[in-house]
Amino acid sequence: MSIMAREHTGFVPSLRRIYALVLRHTYLLRSSGPRILELVYWPTVQMILWGFITVFLVNHSSWIAQASGVLLSGVLLWDVLFRGQLGVSLVFMEEMWSRNLGHLFVSPLRPFELGCALLTMSLIRTLIGVGGAALIAIPLFDFSVFSLGLPLLAFFVNLIVMGWAIGLLVSGIVLRYGLGAESMAWIAIFAVQPISGVYYPIATLPEWLQYVAAILPSSHVFEGMRSVLFDHVFRLDLLLHALLLNALYLTAGFAAFLAFFKVARVRGQLLHVGE
Amino acid sequence: MSASVVSVSRVSKHFDSVIAVDDISFDVAAHSTTALLGGNGAGKTTTLSMLLGLLLPTAGSVSVFGVDMLRQRYRVLPRLNFSSPYVDLPRRLTVRENLTVYARLYGIIDIPARIQALAEELQIGRFLNRPYGQLSAGEKTRVVLAKALLNEPELMLLDEPTASLDPDTADYVRGMLEAYRKRTGTTILLASHNMSEVERLCDDVIMLRAGKLVDRGTPAQLLARYGRRNMEEVFIDIARERRLELALDGQQAAKP
Repeated sequence: MSIMAREHTGFVPSLRRIYALVLRHTYLLRSSGPRILELVYWPTVQMILWGFITVFLVNHSSWIAQASGVLLSGVLLWDVLFRGQLGVSLVFMEEMWSRNLGHLFVSPLRPFELGCALLTMSLIRTLIGVGGAALIAIPLFDFSVFSLGLPLLAFFVNLIVMGWAIGLLVSGIVLRYGLGAESMAWIAIFAVQPISGVYYPIATLPEWLQYVAAILPSSHVFEGMRSVLFDHVFRLDLLLHALLLNALYLTAGFAAFLAFFKVARVRGQLLHVGE
Repeated sequence: MSASVVSVSRVSKHFDSVIAVDDISFDVAAHSTTALLGGNGAGKTTTLSMLLGLLLPTAGSVSVFGVDMLRQRYRVLPRLNFSSPYVDLPRRLTVRENLTVYARLYGIIDIPARIQALAEELQIGRFLNRPYGQLSAGEKTRVVLAKALLNEPELMLLDEPTASLDPDTADYVRGMLEAYRKRTGTTILLASHNMSEVERLCDDVIMLRAGKLVDRGTPAQLLARYGRRNMEEVFIDIARERRLELALDGQQAAKP
């Protein structure tokens, strides 16, 4: 009698194998308190910093006074994008640091399934990190990002998907160029921060840069956030723009990851990567 | 002659201007233990990587169980496994956690029972709950072998399976591989430059030098062909490019 479940060998991703990889990284997370603490640490520090800036500006800025939560909402939602991207890239680099890619890709695991596991782990890490900071903000600044209501879910989904797309691209680049490129995981996302309108309206940007902002899902999300906070209106048009762009971004992110994976197979980088 | 499990046809691998493997062809018979033998840089690990589909050849074709490994490797990956000193397991996970993750990847039905069976077979039970990174080199090798046996593979590709092991542990690993092959009839292809290992385990030897396949035969055939007493001497002959023709000439001359 076979000791293995009947293996499907088609193109459909296997939830069992995706779960196996999620389990691998859950083991890692739960074995280390400092790792969990680290997830919450930066989002909380950022939230506290912008919380005090808000406290100060509420009395000095009529714009902030109209919607005191605009900066804190911005920083927490930005962290969804940042942590979403970082979660994908760090979990992938964990496999490179532990020189585990060879074993993984000799098992029946497909690269696409690895990608799906990375996204799942990114979601878990983001919920722990940003969720923790959001909860701490309630007693500390009497501010709840959850008061945004259902639109918060739309903002969260769009930002994390954009983070995933960039995370997959960065992971592919690190696989292709080696761990020398790992700093990309921390810095790449900040290229889009100034043009995403996290803390100010997109109209603040020069006109030509507004065109660039229009092709970023994040800029539509932050415009939508301000619309909810200042005008109490949920802009469906902005949501649809962001969703459409994200569909393209995520497809491109996966395509880039798979293309870099193929290059790694040509160059022999699956067996010879590590610390 | 048994059917071929592995078939390599005119395979080459170039890394820019470096030719790592140069137009090699060979088959590996079912239920055999075959060695890829050669010095450092001979192309052993590169060849194994191409057999596993981790590395794409520049030219040629590789099939395993009749399946093209370059295009359809996922059809056969559940039937094979491998170990290599160049590939690690996550160091912060315990041995049990590592084996559990890989058992799930391979779709093992009764994971605790399978891990228990391997723990007994490879004597790793006492450190199942220790982080893999805290184990000695010998213990790690046994754990990686346990991982390589999780799915009861029909084909095992082992890259230097006893590298950096003390003689006692190396002997233990060889004994375990011998016993496993006898019990299951699995096919083993191993890359090594350990001659005693090859003489003990292998019934077929493929000699590589500078990426080329330079000779092949059973250990007894190679010893006779080169007129040597052990495989180490044969290895040195080949590594130092003493031509087969010269060896044969020597044999002819020695005949009365």
